[in-house]
Amino acid sequence: MDTKRQYEVVFIVDPTADDDVPKLTESFSQIITDQGGVVTKAETMGKRQLAYEILHHKDGTFVLLEIEGSGREIAELERRMRVNDRVLRYITVRVDEDRRRADKLKDRRARKAAKRPAPGEHRRRGGTMEFAEAAGE
Amino acid sequence: MATNYEDRQRGGGGGYDSDDDGDRRPMGGGRGGGRRMHRRRVCRFCIDKVDLIDFKDVKLLQNYLPERGKILPRRISGNCATHQRMLAEAIKRARNIALLPYTTD
Repeated sequence: MDTKRQYEVVFIVDPTADDDVPKLTESFSQIITDQGGVVTKAETMGKRQLAYEILHHKDGTFVLLEIEGSGREIAELERRMRVNDRVLRYITVRVDEDRRRADKLKDRRARKAAKRPAPGEHRRRGGTMEFAEAAGE
Repeated sequence: MATNYEDRQRGGGGGYDSDDDGDRRPMGGGRGGGRRMHRRRVCRFCIDKVDLIDFKDVKLLQNYLPERGKILPRRISGNCATHQRMLAEAIKRARNIALLPYTTD
């Protein structure tokens, strides 16, 4: 595989085990590194109220990991998180494709803006739009 | 917390469309049809040139969840298809990790 995949993993840690958050994040990062992935960002989003109860917990600590890798390390990470009962919930989202698409759109917009003549200049001269544009090239 | 779609829309900044450009819904007999106000159909994401809607952006997503917690339909918000799809996806992800409710009652 030539291009690395990018993932965003968010997991919720049991609020009663708040002290373990750095340790837990560290150990998950370690798993990723062991499997050949790279953790590009590890951020604790802080404790916040859950929109609904999970295992009778009303709030939890959210942690965000951004990971770059082949996808195999995700499998291992998810397995570990499933087993760990301090992790109330996790979600993994693959973001590279969406980000690439967003970049493309942005690019196209930038190009379009550059191509468009300044307002007032040879723009829409009757039906000779095509000619005007061809001449402008 | 707004109580209905109309309030929500006003909060979104668009407000009601006052010009009479024909996109008004047919109003039966006129009486009691006042609630069916037509509004400007603009996609706010297109205006802001949003290419990516992040599921962690709770503040943004919450604008599209009326009090029952359902996803605000496109016909109310005026979003374009592309952005509505992105929005729905983001909301569903956010629900999964308890950032947003599946339902409220």
